[in-house]
Amino acid sequence: MAPGPLPAQPLLAVRGITKTFPGVVANDGVALEVRAGEVHALLGENGAGKTTLMNILYGIYQPEAGEILVRGSPVRIRSPRDAIARGIGMVPQHFLLVRRHTVAENIALVLPQEGFLFPARRIEEQISNLGRRYGLAVDPHARIWELSASEQQRVEILKTLIRGAEILILDEPTSVLTPQEAQSLFVVLRRMKQEGHAIIFITHKLDEVAAVADRVTVLRRGRVVSTVQTNEADKGTLARMMVGRDVEFDLRRTPRAPGVPVLRVEALSARTDRGTPALRGVSFIVHEGEILGIAGVAGNGQRELVESLTGLRSVTGGLVRIQDRDITNRSAREILEAGVAHIPEDRLRLGVVPAMSVAENLVLRRYRYAPFSRGPMLHLPAVGKFARETVAEYDIATPGPDAPTRQLSGGNIQRLILGRELSGAPRLIIAAHPTSGLDVSATEQIHTLLLRRRDDGAAILLVSEDLDEILTLSDRVAVLFRGEIVGIVPAEEATAERIGLLMMGQRL
Amino acid sequence: MVIERRPDPSGMWVLGVSVGAVLAALVAASGIFLAYGVSPGHAYAEILRGTFGSRLLASEIVSRAIPLLLCGVGLTLAFRAQFFNIGAEGQLLAGAMAATGVALFVPVPSAWLIPCMFAAGFAAGALWGFLPTLLRVRLEVNEIITTLMMNYIAIYTVQWLIHGPWRGETAWGFAYTDTFVEAARLPMIAGTRIHVPTLVLGLLLAAGLSFLLARTRLGFETRVIGQGVHAARYAGIDPGRTMILVMLLSAGAAGLAGVGEVAGIHRRLMDPVQVSLGYGYAAIIVAWLARGNPLATVLTALFLGFIFTAGDVLQVALRMPARVTDVFNGLILFFLIGSERLLYYRVRLAPMPVGTATAPAPDAGPDAGGGPGSEH
Repeated sequence: MAPGPLPAQPLLAVRGITKTFPGVVANDGVALEVRAGEVHALLGENGAGKTTLMNILYGIYQPEAGEILVRGSPVRIRSPRDAIARGIGMVPQHFLLVRRHTVAENIALVLPQEGFLFPARRIEEQISNLGRRYGLAVDPHARIWELSASEQQRVEILKTLIRGAEILILDEPTSVLTPQEAQSLFVVLRRMKQEGHAIIFITHKLDEVAAVADRVTVLRRGRVVSTVQTNEADKGTLARMMVGRDVEFDLRRTPRAPGVPVLRVEALSARTDRGTPALRGVSFIVHEGEILGIAGVAGNGQRELVESLTGLRSVTGGLVRIQDRDITNRSAREILEAGVAHIPEDRLRLGVVPAMSVAENLVLRRYRYAPFSRGPMLHLPAVGKFARETVAEYDIATPGPDAPTRQLSGGNIQRLILGRELSGAPRLIIAAHPTSGLDVSATEQIHTLLLRRRDDGAAILLVSEDLDEILTLSDRVAVLFRGEIVGIVPAEEATAERIGLLMMGQRL
Repeated sequence: MVIERRPDPSGMWVLGVSVGAVLAALVAASGIFLAYGVSPGHAYAEILRGTFGSRLLASEIVSRAIPLLLCGVGLTLAFRAQFFNIGAEGQLLAGAMAATGVALFVPVPSAWLIPCMFAAGFAAGALWGFLPTLLRVRLEVNEIITTLMMNYIAIYTVQWLIHGPWRGETAWGFAYTDTFVEAARLPMIAGTRIHVPTLVLGLLLAAGLSFLLARTRLGFETRVIGQGVHAARYAGIDPGRTMILVMLLSAGAAGLAGVGEVAGIHRRLMDPVQVSLGYGYAAIIVAWLARGNPLATVLTALFLGFIFTAGDVLQVALRMPARVTDVFNGLILFFLIGSERLLYYRVRLAPMPVGTATAPAPDAGPDAGGGPGSEH
């Protein structure tokens, strides 16, 4: 995709943008130019400042310094309304749609000039036209809750196009898509590019940059490292720019014959918080020394599965056994005492108590056992000793064991959780999205720790929406779709394409 | 100007904001004095002279602080577990009823009478708190409503008792019980109304509950629950069980306060308005000012004791109605809650973004995002 002759004047330019939050410089003199007819990737790790920059462009944050130029003239964007008036549209990572309303109604909602009565009817044709033009087919009468994540994303894109956006910002758009859906999104983006739109594509995935972007700007710690033509930079170069050092792409997962079954799940059923079926007869086995990956698009029962296995949700049917001990519908405490470690998805609400100290959080699930308790009393010297050792062993960057945990970065909070859960040699480790939102070095470290536990004989259930992570770590991959396991594939046969098809519900 | 989140409020800042809120409340109360045609300066001078000028009134501060301390220290514990016990008033009255029942009708050897009254008072207060806790834990019934309603049940039960079955034979038609025998009266510091055993119990509870929170498994569980039930369940804690234990202690402490009032001050059970001058409600302020620290309630209970005594002074010296104390308490709680945001947010003058030559006159930028900490 060689870039054709591009117009001299960029559609959008920012210069010297600086934005600080208490204790963090989120953007430090950032410059960026986006031309009509290009897909411009904004690449960076979590916390590099990508989202802050986009929130400035969309009028959600005000920068402390710097200027924004649209078609060469300086503008001040004070609200999303200003942004839309300048032709800037945003497709958020988490969709802002009214789930019980139809597609047309959701789109009418963003068009205040539409009439008071039956506004949705008049725009149905517009929706169909735009859909044909860009390959964004979606039924205007469908209700949002009936749509897949990929279709909902189309609605968000249509919302920006119908308001006349020329510059589209897509924030991590593939995070909710299967590989095949991501490919069809890229087709849409190319179509929009041909129509003269400028597209800013926020991502931290290197493969996507190569697949869809013409140019890429790399951000690291709030600063622009470089802007390059995509076809002039290979994956290694981009990774080095993004992380600031060489990155190991291939973790060595040594072949290991799995041992005896540790976790047996048979015909497990459970409901969502709203009472709708979430798991419909899920069965699988995780063996000693094996990582079973659970892949799937978000919201296909992953959360309920993890909660059902860890005693946080009661199941409506089926059996869960750990080494032949029935733990179905047992309390979180009994399951914990059966040797199950749980690395939860929601770190700040579940995994730690942010207001309590690092030391207290390190014994959050073990405070009641020796040596941390003696009768009804806590034994604080033992807690302190364990905390100091674990902070050192797991490299937890903290002002001290007595600092409140909320002062720690996301990566260090996750190290704390791993330190707590992996000490004491658990038989089964249930890890939910263990690296989501973490930077490359924390991710590498966590992957290494999990693989080491596997080599030591632990059974690991890895639930993740990051397909790369699943494929890197798992010995076998199971795919959840609408609360059912639609297939379990051994690592050798698990390709992104094959897993992707399963994620869309095509059974083997 | 932007409003942004403050990283972590320091202890000094918390103290400063609390003192500031109390001062602001006192300034606002000046309006009441003006409405009565009294200059606020004169009124405050009169309060200070009246309360600290005589040994008797100064000792009244301590005597009033005793029930406030017992109720308040229990409330800090309940609040730490996110259980909003508004029912200390009723739990206090339940304790008063039980102690009276033991004193008047249970044949106990003299030496054992007072310990039995305290035990019965604690148990009755705990029972009064247990019912709403059970409803909350089992059926998720809002405890703010139920504990408050339990207060009315206690008030009317006391009234029924003193008008009906327990009306004293020596009361000449007044609505109160017979006077307690000597063995059922608490020893006092001579020349004051400071009942020593209850004061000692209050101080021991403040120290004991501080220890409990910091050093015991139950305290650890309480602190985890106070930060969120989800993390507690993940930690293998049974939030219901912990909440019940915490509330038995909290409500039992309020029950002890009731024992002190009937066995120390009144020596009989009488109208609920006289048994408790709203100590159970004022204890909410005691606990709030103490910011969940049981030891700090020793100081905050004394402060509220001072407010109650000041109310007496105003009544006597300036002929203001007794209810002026309630107005003070209301204003203090109002300003305290209002100042809460100052603890966690600060107002900062931000430089205006540059490159806005074409922009119209700038006004305050939107603070919509709320900073990077707003995503949880």
